[in-house]
Amino acid sequence: MSTLKNLWQKKRWIFWLLIVALLCVPPMLKILGIYKIKALYLRYACNIMMYATLAGSLNVINGYSGQTCLGQAGFFAIGAYTCAILSTRLGVSFWVLLPLCGLASGLIGLLVSLPTLRLQGIYLSIVTLGASEIIRIIAQTASITGGAMGIKGIPYPWLFGLDAFRPEYYYFIFLVLGILFLFCTSRILGSRVGRAWISIREDQVAAKSLGVRTSFYKSLNFVYGAFWAGVIGCAYAPFVNFIESSQFTTDKGFDVLAMIVIGGQGTLIGPIIGSTIVTILTESLRFLGVWRYVIYALIIIAMMWLRPQGIAGATNSILAGGKVKRKPQKGKGAKA
Amino acid sequence: MSERDNRPVLLEAQGVCKYFGGLKAVENVDMQIREGDIFGIIGPNGAGKTTFFNMCTGMYPVTKGKILFEGNDLTKLNTEEIAEKYIARTFQNIQLFRFMTVLENVKIGCHVQTHSNLFDAILHSRRYHDDEAYTTKKSLDILKRIGLYEYRDVKASNLSYGMQRKVEIARAMALDHKILLLDEPAAGMNPQETQSLMEFIKQLNADGLTIAVIEHDMKFIMNSCNRILVLNFGQKIFEGTPQEVKENREVQEAYFGKGMVAGEALK
Ligand SMILES: Nc1ncnc2c1ncn2[C@@H]1O[C@H](COP(=O)(O)OP(=O)(O)O)[C@@H](O)[C@H]1O
Ligand SMILES: [Mg+2]
Repeated sequence: MSTLKNLWQKKRWIFWLLIVALLCVPPMLKILGIYKIKALYLRYACNIMMYATLAGSLNVINGYSGQTCLGQAGFFAIGAYTCAILSTRLGVSFWVLLPLCGLASGLIGLLVSLPTLRLQGIYLSIVTLGASEIIRIIAQTASITGGAMGIKGIPYPWLFGLDAFRPEYYYFIFLVLGILFLFCTSRILGSRVGRAWISIREDQVAAKSLGVRTSFYKSLNFVYGAFWAGVIGCAYAPFVNFIESSQFTTDKGFDVLAMIVIGGQGTLIGPIIGSTIVTILTESLRFLGVWRYVIYALIIIAMMWLRPQGIAGATNSILAGGKVKRKPQKGKGAKA
Repeated sequence: MSERDNRPVLLEAQGVCKYFGGLKAVENVDMQIREGDIFGIIGPNGAGKTTFFNMCTGMYPVTKGKILFEGNDLTKLNTEEIAEKYIARTFQNIQLFRFMTVLENVKIGCHVQTHSNLFDAILHSRRYHDDEAYTTKKSLDILKRIGLYEYRDVKASNLSYGMQRKVEIARAMALDHKILLLDEPAAGMNPQETQSLMEFIKQLNADGLTIAVIEHDMKFIMNSCNRILVLNFGQKIFEGTPQEVKENREVQEAYFGKGMVAGEALK
């Protein structure tokens, strides 16, 4: 037992390697012709990984700095459209576009965050929701974004000459991006920057009293979250090959929000669990039509009630305790 | 001329006022805290003590007057800037990161002493490693010093009030500033805890930290402070040594009422 624990602590990378290897199995089965998994299932798996990373980027904002962003669909759209426009019009390589779309989205994130620094809670939510809607409306009307027609024929990434449009290959793009996101984010969270974000989430007044420049770190947090939403948007556009504005409605934003509310905020695993659950539910409840949203709503309400931080959310956080009342002051301090 | 007058002034208030609408929470207060002081601020509830600290740390804008630290004007600086360069503080209504462990709390206190950024963190640069080593060592050292080392992995809200106050002091100490403002550090402590806190504060002071403390516990104030400022209804009614405060009639009447509480407390 103790040797196992020891192994876990010292050789954690073995464990992660094992997981990654396992994740490589389904597409490899198909690629090597061992077992013909339906392409549809592989596409679901791609969706799960894509949304896990997108939800992860929202979790960075909502779950780690305690800001409430409702506009992740907007940042996702910026990434997707930047990729679609630059690849169809200028033929820019997908691999160049990935960081570029992230930066474009991060820049918009900065623009949204600056005027909202003084806002909190519901006001910040409204502004982010509005920004997301504005981005969608621009996409719907501007000619460069193809207006209501959208943009077709977004070229597939160059992938060592392989047929990237096949989900068993595209799978690896999402897998690598997801791993990269987790790698960078976990390192940040374990650093001074991550501690600053978390301190803002837990108690902004205390954070300020310790010299944490809350405005700067909230902005940085927003930009970082938007960056990854942009990167994932960039990977999304060629995957679906065709984008138009209705793919980026606020409903999409709420889906992603549902993932972190259900899966858990303030942990890295939470959004992955959330994405898996919501994606599987979405696919398996299709026969219910729009009624499936009722089911989501019920799950979310139950979640808020029973476990506000989500299934795998942070327990060492105000997210879990909600508004825990401070016990009344007792003792000598009370009397003058 | 006493020995104290030779020491340089650290924190100074010049005619500081704070009005909340018509309420004069702090009215024209002058104060000089000198290096090496344990400077007590007393006064009945609502006298404006916390408001005064909040102005010193930039949490409330000053209505009138000036606040200086070693000659630097703090009046226009915000909380973060003051915390970054000049003053560390604790709060009357404990403001811990209460769902986080004691160690995590103190680590956040090391923020201004470290400088690694996002890219240092992602790349695990030299600066990141240096910062983490510094932060961990410094936090554990402080916890050892304040006697909370065994509790380092306990969630802050699971500790007793007395210990939570100590965690807040530990966290503030991590800023490494010359002065520490304590707002009712002994509130909620039992007599033994108060006694040990008092000794700890004296030790900190002996090690070179200047301390300003708001406290209701008279024994605490009289035994640890070398200088005391008395506020009442936002105004400074007296300032002097503990002996002088004890003997001042006005203070006794304002602060203790005309009862025997005073005699009792001052024994
Ligand atoms: N943010 C605020 N807004 C309005 N009034 C305040 C505020 N903060 C403090 N006060 C008032 O200022 C006065 C002084 O309060 P405070 O400084 O907390 O007193 P003390 O710490 O000496 O008990 C009180 O009358 C209090 O109600
Ligand atoms: Mg007070």
